[in-house]
Amino acid sequence: MSARDDILDGVRWSLGRSDGDGAAERVRQRIGEHRRNPIPTRGQDNGAAALKRFIAEAEMVSATIAPVAAEADVPGAVVAYLASHNLPARVAMAPDPSLARIPWSDRPTLEIRRGAAHPDDQVSVTPVFAAIAETGTLMLISGPGTPTTLNLLPDDHIVVLRASQIVGSYEDAWDQLRRARERDGTLDMPRTVNFITGPSRTGDIEQKLVMGAHGPRRLHIVLIEDHG
Amino acid sequence: MSSSDSAASRPANPRVALFVTCLVDLFRPSVGFAAVKLLEGAGCRVAVPALQTCCGQPAFNSGDRETARAIARQVIDAFAGYDYVVVPSGSCGGMLHEHYSALFADDADLAARAGDFGKRCHELISFLVDVMGVSAVAARYAGTATYHDSCSGLRELSVKAQPRRLLASVAGLKLTELPGAEVCCGFGGTFCVKYPEISDRMVADKTRDIVATGADTLLAGDMGCLLNIAGKLRRDGHRVRVRHVAEVLAGALDEPAIGEPATEHAQARHTGV
Amino acid sequence: MQSTSHSFKDNARAAMANPTLQRAMGNMRHGFLAKRLAAIDRLPEFDALRDRARDIKNHALEHLDVYLEAWEAKVVSAGGHVHWARDAEEARRIVLAICQRLDARTVTKGKSMIAEEIALNPFLEANGIVPVETDLGEYIIQIRNESPSHIIAPAIHLVQDQIEQSFREIHTQFDRDRPLVEPRQLVDEARGVLRDKFIAADVGITGANFLVAETGSSIIVTNEGNGDLTQTLTKAHIVVTSLEKIVPTLEDAQTILRVLARSATGQEYSVYTTVSTGPRRPNDLDGPGEYHVVLLDNGRSRMLGTEFQDMLRCIRCGACMNHCPVYATVGGHAYGWVYPGPMGAVLTPSLIGVDEAGHLPNASTFCGKCESVCPMRIPLPKMMRHWREREFERHLSPAAMRWGIAAWAFLAKRPKLYRWVSGLTANVLGLLGRAHGSFRNLPLAGGWTLGRDMPTPQGETFHRAWARRRPRGTHS
Repeated sequence: MSARDDILDGVRWSLGRSDGDGAAERVRQRIGEHRRNPIPTRGQDNGAAALKRFIAEAEMVSATIAPVAAEADVPGAVVAYLASHNLPARVAMAPDPSLARIPWSDRPTLEIRRGAAHPDDQVSVTPVFAAIAETGTLMLISGPGTPTTLNLLPDDHIVVLRASQIVGSYEDAWDQLRRARERDGTLDMPRTVNFITGPSRTGDIEQKLVMGAHGPRRLHIVLIEDHG
Repeated sequence: MSSSDSAASRPANPRVALFVTCLVDLFRPSVGFAAVKLLEGAGCRVAVPALQTCCGQPAFNSGDRETARAIARQVIDAFAGYDYVVVPSGSCGGMLHEHYSALFADDADLAARAGDFGKRCHELISFLVDVMGVSAVAARYAGTATYHDSCSGLRELSVKAQPRRLLASVAGLKLTELPGAEVCCGFGGTFCVKYPEISDRMVADKTRDIVATGADTLLAGDMGCLLNIAGKLRRDGHRVRVRHVAEVLAGALDEPAIGEPATEHAQARHTGV
Repeated sequence: MQSTSHSFKDNARAAMANPTLQRAMGNMRHGFLAKRLAAIDRLPEFDALRDRARDIKNHALEHLDVYLEAWEAKVVSAGGHVHWARDAEEARRIVLAICQRLDARTVTKGKSMIAEEIALNPFLEANGIVPVETDLGEYIIQIRNESPSHIIAPAIHLVQDQIEQSFREIHTQFDRDRPLVEPRQLVDEARGVLRDKFIAADVGITGANFLVAETGSSIIVTNEGNGDLTQTLTKAHIVVTSLEKIVPTLEDAQTILRVLARSATGQEYSVYTTVSTGPRRPNDLDGPGEYHVVLLDNGRSRMLGTEFQDMLRCIRCGACMNHCPVYATVGGHAYGWVYPGPMGAVLTPSLIGVDEAGHLPNASTFCGKCESVCPMRIPLPKMMRHWREREFERHLSPAAMRWGIAAWAFLAKRPKLYRWVSGLTANVLGLLGRAHGSFRNLPLAGGWTLGRDMPTPQGETFHRAWARRRPRGTHS
């Protein structure tokens, strides 16, 4: 008997499962409707309230935020961030259409390489799929234009976020992803969904907090305030 | 159960059976008498059923379910017919209130009896405040006390604010909070017999915190914790007086504090400290 | 891992006599506990979420067979592979076979308690594969040849000096006089060393906090980002996990995630929550080429339908051990196997037998703090008591204890005799001890009086005094 059958038989025996007890139907229904459980009040904001909460929560977990008025201001904000940390004007950028339409050529000194991260990349620039106000969390998904390594390898991770991408709760973000996948006809999940809440950290040495354990030491959010 | 609910549905002068507990019976009858005084002061008619010994916890917590059941039945029988059963201990109170019905889970009749019995069982101080509506006592105590929350009373019976509320009404008493008041003292019933060294280290942590408050008196609502803490303080030469909270609330201070030599007590009373 | 749970008493004694360990354990009180309270303060719905989290897991466990099949189908349709393992040996062999097929020489590992449970590292090493732990705490104990002492803070038993010393011994490639006095410097050094390992590794192994039936995904939660680098930079991502990690939907996982970090480290949310589904897609620029889940049973299916089923709700947050006064006193290694503290006291006897691990459910004061902080509302003390009952039924409890209980029970069931014996005891002890207030030594109480006195009884039992003072107040 295969291990699989052995284990499943064992589970059924322990649970006293009998055919026709409706378990399969209950499970199919539960999975299909992916019903929401109660969402805390702080996850129910939208619009300006969600924006405000996102900023407060993200800053509380040591992300930094640079608000800009329009897409055209993003290159300037990136260059300013690099300068303020004495970083070379060189970034690895996600080859994603949402970033491609930003007028990077306004800043000719900024050197851009598009693709997955290399081990020696110091700074990455990526889009995000959504942002969650509840805990100041960014949601990033993997795909042809959004390699996961950019979120992890460089010391400095700069994300370009539009205020209109901010939702109240994780559940809102999942719903957005499901809708987007349906629209694109790709019904399955991306390989990787990263929820990122502040820069990498560890408390493994005497519970003392140190930033930048393995992932980025700093997480910088360029926030396009396109809410109107 | 909120105090107003229970206060509304109770008789004006309820018949209360005192469950003395084996430790109060053996070590510190003055706690039992203090309990009787407090209960009578609150308008209760108090009786002490003779056929009581122990609540059965030593067996229950040692895995001897059959003995625990036998003793539980004996207790339920001995305490039939009273409006309330009151216990000057959160630990035994929790046993009576919480665990008896679980012991008879396989017998609907007994489970129902145990459930009904459990509902009538209360820890002394929470009974006075929540059920009898007592909000102040007419006692006096010269000194600074700190209070240790015994685990079962705190977590099984929600005894937390009630003793503090009554202690606040004791004339002359200053109550100072104990850091880590909710951390176990390491008594644990059979635990202190089975793992005496761990138990000893835990009570050492507890007494260090007690001494650091600068209080001259340590109060709690459970004899197990009190014997443990008093024994450790004595061994380490600390003169913090240890008493059951009921003794202070009832003004029953004639007896030496727990672990205190009679001479030291006489001297302390003489000098009025 | 070879269990030393049977020598819990000796382990505990050694731990209490170790001042460095005691200093390290002292850090815990001010870290996790205070942060947890602050995080809960900011979430008024916390207790309601705990109820829901418990209900979700109960539902999943009651339908575990069906959810496992649904989850497996999704993993396969996403291009992944599921390997069922009845026991540790099977699980180890499955991992090794994947590594060997891929010609793997170096394997990076994210933190996985299941990998500890199946003792994966020594097995891989014995087969010529180098496993590298990448969670900082796990890395530290790996280079020290130790096992984790806590399920989320594996190196909590160490102080900084010990870590510095180990780094100086192992990282011989660096200048001997380099400064390593700040935690920052230690973290940076480990970051540099491990960065090279991430890039060189052939296979990445992580655990899973959740398996999602809806999507066939595995979810891991970390703060360092090591689990992400582990699974992204290698040819294959192997998830080593156990079957009770199943939740129905992403929504269900989110609800439990809301209570997980708050209970564990006191964070509102961990830095990295990563949902992984299958291998990299055809047009992806990075990600693992293969995705495998090794699904371990190892006795868990036998816990279903028993009084220990509730234990399978555990999400390994560590709150029970963070708050356990016994754990704080003896540390995690004293428990002698993979899972320490209250959750270990219940789970370990289920996995390695109560004969071996009988001390664990006994070494509790039943103070109830663990249950009060458990985000999944697992009745840990009740289940420890169930283990004591099993021991008692099987006559595994120590003879002295059984005799003691039997003698006491004989009296407790005979109130008149009990009254006579207790009255005599109170008289004698009261007479002997009254002058001193307490005993420094007492026959049969040797353990107690080792470090504390035994207060003296007042001399007359309550019942005798009551009968004397209120002859009509006694009702029989």
